This record gives sequence, C-alpha cells and structure tokens, in this order.
Amino acid sequence: MIELTAKQAADAIRSGELDAAEYFEFYRQRAAKDPYNSYVWVADETPAEIDTSKPFAGVPIAIKDLFCTEGIPSQAGSKILEDYRPPYSATSVKKLTTEAGSTLLGKTNQDEFAMGSSTENSAYGPTLNPWDTTRVPGGSSGGSAAVVAGATAPWSIGTDTGGSIRQPAALTGIVGLKPTYGAISRYGMIAFASSLDQAGTFTRDVTDTAMLLSAMVGADPCDQTSLGLPEPVRLPTADSLKGIRLGVPEELSGEGIEEGVLKAFNETLELAKQLGATVETTHLPHAPHGLAAYYLIAPAECSSNLARYDGVRFGFRKQADTLLDMYNQTREAGFGAEVKRRIMLGTYALSSGYYDAYYGRAQKVRTLIAQDFKNAFGDFDFIVTPTAPGVAFELNSKTSDPLAMYLNDFCTVPMSLAGIPAISIPNGLSEGLPVGFQIAGPAFSENRILDAALALEKAIGFDGSKAYA
Amino acid sequence: MSTEYEPVIGLEIHVQLKTRTKMFCGCELSFGEEPNTRTCPVCLGLPGTLPVTNAQAVQYGIMMGLALGCEIAPRSIFHRKNYFYPDLSKGYQISQYDIPLCLGGQLGDVKIHRIHLEEDAAKLVHVGSSGRIHGSEASVVDYNRGGTPLAEIVTEPDIYSADQARDWLTLLRETLRQLGVSDVNMEEGSLRCDANVSIRPKGSKALGTKTELKNMNSFRFVAQGINAEIARQTALLESGEPVTQETLHFDPVSGRISSLRSKEEAHDYRYFPEPDLVPIVPTPEMMAAAEAAIPELPAEREARYESDFGLPKDTAHLFAYEPTWGTYFERVAVEGDRDAKAAGIWVTELRTRLGADADPHKSAVVPAQLAALAALAAAKKVTAAAARTVLDKMVETGDHPAEIAEAEGLTAMEDSGELSQIVAKVISENQDVVERIRGGNAKAMGALVGPIMRETKGRADGGEVNRLLREQLGV
Amino acid sequence: MLSSDQVLHVARLARLELTPEEVERFGGELSKVLDHIELIGQLDLEDVQPTSHVIDVENALRADVPRPSLPVEKALASAPDAADGGFRVPSPGAS
Repeated sequence: MIELTAKQAADAIRSGELDAAEYFEFYRQRAAKDPYNSYVWVADETPAEIDTSKPFAGVPIAIKDLFCTEGIPSQAGSKILEDYRPPYSATSVKKLTTEAGSTLLGKTNQDEFAMGSSTENSAYGPTLNPWDTTRVPGGSSGGSAAVVAGATAPWSIGTDTGGSIRQPAALTGIVGLKPTYGAISRYGMIAFASSLDQAGTFTRDVTDTAMLLSAMVGADPCDQTSLGLPEPVRLPTADSLKGIRLGVPEELSGEGIEEGVLKAFNETLELAKQLGATVETTHLPHAPHGLAAYYLIAPAECSSNLARYDGVRFGFRKQADTLLDMYNQTREAGFGAEVKRRIMLGTYALSSGYYDAYYGRAQKVRTLIAQDFKNAFGDFDFIVTPTAPGVAFELNSKTSDPLAMYLNDFCTVPMSLAGIPAISIPNGLSEGLPVGFQIAGPAFSENRILDAALALEKAIGFDGSKAYA
Repeated sequence: MSTEYEPVIGLEIHVQLKTRTKMFCGCELSFGEEPNTRTCPVCLGLPGTLPVTNAQAVQYGIMMGLALGCEIAPRSIFHRKNYFYPDLSKGYQISQYDIPLCLGGQLGDVKIHRIHLEEDAAKLVHVGSSGRIHGSEASVVDYNRGGTPLAEIVTEPDIYSADQARDWLTLLRETLRQLGVSDVNMEEGSLRCDANVSIRPKGSKALGTKTELKNMNSFRFVAQGINAEIARQTALLESGEPVTQETLHFDPVSGRISSLRSKEEAHDYRYFPEPDLVPIVPTPEMMAAAEAAIPELPAEREARYESDFGLPKDTAHLFAYEPTWGTYFERVAVEGDRDAKAAGIWVTELRTRLGADADPHKSAVVPAQLAALAALAAAKKVTAAAARTVLDKMVETGDHPAEIAEAEGLTAMEDSGELSQIVAKVISENQDVVERIRGGNAKAMGALVGPIMRETKGRADGGEVNRLLREQLGV
Repeated sequence: MLSSDQVLHVARLARLELTPEEVERFGGELSKVLDHIELIGQLDLEDVQPTSHVIDVENALRADVPRPSLPVEKALASAPDAADGGFRVPSPGAS
C-alpha cells in the first residue's frame, strides 16, 4: 500500500480494488508511530463507514496545525493556543473532507504561527527530516513535508507565506505547490501575514498535486481576497517542453546558492533543453530586495494579526491583578522567541515616525518586484530557480542567527510578494540530501505550471522512497 | 481692556447604522439581548477568521454622503487601527483612515469634512471584585455590540456657539432619521457626539488650541458641555495660562470638566491598510440604488412647504421635522383644493389632539374629512369654536364633519333674528354689567359674550355677536 | 542600533513584558535585521505606487442577511475566565 500515490489509492478505492477503511487504518498506524515528531495530533480511530462515492474517499489527509478544525486542536505550533479547539473548520478543510470525502488523519507540526524555515520554532518540539534525523525538514510547514516524505500520510496541506511550502518540499524531496494568492480561501487559516499567506499542497508527485489542488481552489464568500482559478485544475499530461521558454534570473541563481544545489539546477536546465525548452538568462532586478521588503511586510502584518492573542476569549492566559499585566505576561509567556522577535520588528516598522521609511517603502518595493515578474513573463513562460539556497541544515545550526535563517527564503520570497504561483519539484540529491527545482508562472497559470512540472519530473526520475523504505 | 473671545467648534458624530447584521459578519445587531448571544467566530476575533463588508452598511454610508452633499470616493479602503483593549476582539479596529467613503459636503450652515465607516467596540461591564485574586477589580466583556456598523461624521470647525451646535445636531439627527439609516437614539447610544472646542480673539483667523469633549449623551449636555468648556478656556487665557490639547469629560450633574486620559499613555495606533478587505469602488448600480433609497429630507421639505404651499415658516418647519404629519398635511391640502394655509391650521389642531408621536394616517380622521371641516369653517358654516368641537367628535367617531355639526346643532346661526333675541335676553338678565358698560367700561362687554356663546352653543359668529351687542346697547 | 529604551517602547506597544536579557538580545538582533532591511533605502521609490493587495478585486460585499450566532456556551467554551455569561478580565482602570 505504501507505494501507491494518493491518486492511485483513490482510483483503487473507487474501483473496489482497495478497501477504504483498510487504507486509512494503514496510514493511521504509521502516523501514530511517526518517528519524526511530524504530528501534533493523530486521529484515534478509523471511521466506521466511508462514503466511497466521493473522489477522495478513504484517502487520509494530514493538515498543518494552523488550519482550524472544529473540535480538534488547532494550535499553530504555539503555546498560546495549547489545546485550543475551534468552534468551526477552515473552508479548505471542509472542501477536502465534507465535499471531496477525505478523512482527517492528523494535524502536522509547524513553526509557531508559520514563522520560521526549520520547524524548530514549535512549542511542541522540532520535526526531524526523514532523510537525516539530525537535520531540519525546513519550514514553516515542516510537519506537512515530513509526513509525505516519511510516508506517514499519502499527501498533506500547508501554507506558504514566503516559502513555507516550497522550501520544506525541496528539503524533504517531495512536490510542494504555492498557488496564486487568492486561489484558495484563507478562511480558517490562522493568519501570519494576510497579504502573503496562501494554502497549498505537499504530495509525492505532480499528478497528486493537481488532484489535491483541484479540490481546494475556489472563491469563498467568507474571504474577500479569494478568487478561485479561472479554469478547473486539470490532471497534467505533458511529456515534453516543446516551445516553452524558461527564464533563469541571474539574481536568484548564482551568488549565495550552494555549489551542489547549483550543479543539480544546471543539470535540470540541460534536461529541459533536451525536452524542447529554450533556456535563457534574465533579470529580476529588484528580487534581491525581496527579503528586506518581506521582512518588513510580514512582521508588520503579523504584529497586528497576533494582537488577538490577549488571554481574553481563548487560549492561554497568565492571570494577573491588572489588565496591563495580564496582557504583557500572557503574551510574554505564550509566544516563543521568533514570534516575539517578529512582533517587535513589525510593531517598530509600523510605529509613529517609521511607517514611511519601512512599511511604506516595502510596499513600493513589492510593486517593483511584481513589475519585474510581469516584464519577465513578457519574454518567458516560466521563471525557474533553485528552491532553497542549500540542503537541509543541522538542527540548532541557525536558531541563534535570525538573518542566516531568513536567507533560506531568498529564492521563494519574490514570488510570494508578487502573489504568483510556484512549485518546487524534487531535483536529485546534493551531499545525499534532496534539493528542489522551482518553477514560477504568471498569476492563474497553475495548469501550465503543472504540465511543465510533470514533464521535468519524468525526465529527472527522482526516487523519494529511500526516505521511508 | 479685556479681549473678547469667539469659540470655534467642530463635531464628530458616531452613528450606529440600522442594518440587520454587523459590519463584517452575519450576526444580527443586538438590542439588549443576553450577553454574548450575538457573536460568531468573526466578531469574537477567533484565530483564522476574516471580515466581509456588509453591502447595506456601504449603501447607508453612500446615502448619508449624498444627503449631506459629500463627494463619494471612487475608491475607498479600510485600515486597521491597532490598540489593546478588551472591548476590541482582534486587537485592532477596522476603520477608514486616509481614504474615507465620503469627503466634503454641507448640511444647513455647517460644512462636513468627511464621513467614514468603521466597526463599534464591545461593552465592558464592571462586576466588582473577581474573588479570584485578592482585592482586584474585574470586568466582564459582552461582545454583542462588537462589530456593529458605525458611520463617523466629522464636521469642519464651522460652528460658533453651543446653541448653533445643538440646532445643527437636531437637523442632522432628523435628517438621518428620515434617511432611515439609523435609530439616532442618544440614550441608547445609536448616536454619539464628541465636540472639538477652541477659542480665539474675536476677529482673529487663526485657530486656538482645541480640546476634545467626549461622549455627551444628549443635545442639552452637548450645549452645556461646550459652554462650560468655552468658559474654562476663556478663564485660562484671561489669567495668562495656555490651553493644553487634551481629551475631556463633561459631567452634566456637577457641570465640571475633567481630563479623560493620562498623558503618559500616548497613543500610537500603527494604522496600515487592512489586508483582509478589498477596496470599496461604488459602481453606477450601487450609486443609483443609494440615490433611489433617499427620501425627501427636512431642509428640502421645509423649503417646499413654504414655497409651494405658502405655509408660515414655523408650520413648514414643524411638518418638515415630523414627516408623518407633513405627509398627512399634504393629503389634506390636496383634498381641500390646495387651501394649504387652512389645511395647515387644522392639521396642527389634529396634532394637538392626537399628540406629535401619533400617526394621523391611522386615526379616525381621514384627510378628506379634515379638508371638509376646513372648508366648513372657511365658509363660516361652522364657527371656529364649533369646528374645534366637531373635530373632537371626529377623532372619536370618524363621522363626517357636516353630519356631526348637524346632529349636535353646531351649524352657524344663519338667521340673525334668533341671535338678536338671545342677545336681548342676555342683556336683560345682566343689568349690572350693562350699567358698567354704560358707565364707560367698554371692556365689560366681554362678560356678556360668554353667556351668549353658551346660549348659542358656539354656533354664533363672534363678529356678529359684537355687532348686535353694540347695536342693542347703543354704544 | 536600537537603544534599550526603543526596545522597551516597542515592547510596551506590543504588550510584551520582555525580560532584561530579551531586551538586550532583541536590541542586537533587530538592529542586525534592520541593517539588512535598510538596503531598500538605497532604491529610488519616488514615483512608485505602494502595493497592499496583489489581487485586483473590488467590493466583494456581503448581503445584509443574518446568519446564526454561536450559542453562548460555545462562544465562551475556550475562555480562560468565563463568568456571568461573559469574558472576565481585570478591570482596565484597576492598578
């Protein structure tokens, strides 16, 4: 059963070749014994009856902890939400379960409030990389990446604000997609940075990505910023890249990228040419400023989004005699170091006298970066880069240096700022560890990205089973 | 010689909009329900929730802007105003900041600066000692009101006395009431008013340092508060002390003004554009729908009653501010061949009997019959006094005025012979009064008119009675 | 470099009661991050419009139609200190 992709399992269940409850129970057992601390909650039983008329019937789904799940802990990796059980479920969770027929297998570990690139900033302990348990799985959706890489779930969902799906997918050798901003409803996703947060998928292969994505997209009346996609998500079929023009931005494919990662990237560019693509160097002149803009915009929004954790209506409270002490002590004790660091940074960037110099400027840089992409897509179908500048790093190696940690997002942040879709596919190994190949396209180009990704996936022929076999 | 000072006043009015649901979620508005029974994940600010703007609140905002002559912004946005307080579930208030829905405008003699949309805060109820922590005081938060749609109207500093402020607020309240966008009830908090007050030497163009008087809950207190603050600032300047910019509270019981916020708590609201909401861009359809929903407003109505119906200013004003009576008046005037002045008098009479708050359309007196009564009186078929008696009966029975006058014997005496006899009878029965009149006291004649009117049951015309009295007494 | 007074001011705004060690550590870390961020100060942004939404959507308004509210027990279910049908907090005025 472990070899089946989610799509193969779903097909087998619907044709009657595979028993839905048996398949779910298989993964439930594996999830319950997960050795990587990928889960913060696992379903304690397999449903007695599974309605096999729905497309995802019997296929378990693992969900990042920051998606609200009614009556089930939704803690966003934070102590301040310890054992918080929301009275409602996120729209995308409902779409996957109630509508598509999936059953919730577990909630996955993450960096607290999605702030981090290693899943070490979790109040519930770090998640380990199934390829090498001395290393991080990336983050912030490290749990959702590790469950797919470690085969304790056939697929999972996460969120990407500046790279939180693509970077862990790259570091664990699986496929991770961040769709166009607005493709999937944000309702019920515990917010980090509202103008950047986007739900997305983790799967073993590109076909599963298309299938999972198709069930999640759609405009939602509960989210004014949700649009859905202009056309339904198709299962990709391409096996060539004939006529496809790939642009390689010099700013994101040279300086700062580890040699082994760069070598794998260049080899895949050669494969792309063999598949019929043209490959040319291009420029995203403002992309190097992406990190700076991102680390103003995201903390600014987070400082406001996290103001509701005040010990009044839900979650952790430190009891105190005065209101001010209650607020100050609750938040001091409830939030971890990275969250506090970003709240401080964001509060500072928005405070009186600094708005124009920081937040205002960052929003303008955002305009320039989006314009860079628009210009590039005039000449190219896709922009391709390495997903992360290096392979999975050792636990605790970067926790004391925030800036070094932030540099992990160097290649993924520009797409987040522009709101455009990007996928990371496994691109072989460097030093025995997986690296990722990122393909970004214009807004709403998911179907075309999936086709290109499928053609490359076949040509690369990556075998991820080493991580769980 | 002491300087004479002139006050300059600007007002900020918070108006709770009369939508069915809250500004950003589907919870119904609360009218005294049990605490926290009108809440949902969105207005409780639970993790993961998102606001969605109420279309009706936007329409009400546009209606207010159009009614107050504002320019409706082709594109306006919401900001977050960040501060911690338990009545604010998300740790920020969603409000319009630098690009509001409506800009400019004028109502009566006061210019409008802007109108913007925002959400109301929840209610905090003090419950005394919590019992859990020794000696500490506790409050309980009720989020029913949290998220109620608000429009904030800000005037220019264009008001120069407390009386002008009160009169203008009365006009504003009536305008909003007739627009149907709010209950405009100050006691219940659906209309709340702050005043910015400064004074300057008369003739000076520069503005003085202003203070903000917060949350006065009646127009009378607004006027009293402004006057008290003008006096306080005048006393300061006269004794050579400066006015400091601060937020103040007026206590109507003691008449005293006190500082509301301590200085050390400087506010830094860290405004930034609300990323969860998209811009409001009024479409031609939205504008047309708002325009169509606006009824005639008091200022227009008053002008029309004066020009088209020839009503005296005070009557026109009355019917403009009480549009139910105004509408009823118009129907009576039309029924009565547009003898509008007489209609105005008789509708006012009916209003005295039913009370200003009653709906005359629901009374027994239909417009056609009140017009008929006015016509009977105008034609002197009934005297003015008898007509009032007839109206009393009409209110009770709904019968036609001519029938009532007939049945009650209230038709005017057309035969002066009958009246002449009654006059003679009263003269003969009151010889002492006659002596006094003849002795030169002409005013004593009044003492004879009463008994004559009683004898005739008010059916006699007052002028005719006087004429006959003079004739028979030879004075 | 952020002074400890600046760090404390920001912490007050953010309602975080930082320990003395945190004040010092955050001062250094934030300064380092801000130094990097200030690279964008070199860009000429005079005529550039700010972007607060990457998507082109307007209005997306909701009809004024009521939806059921939560039962009060459910609204209060996660409250750290529920009392008298509400959320109890130390009084804002109390010191």
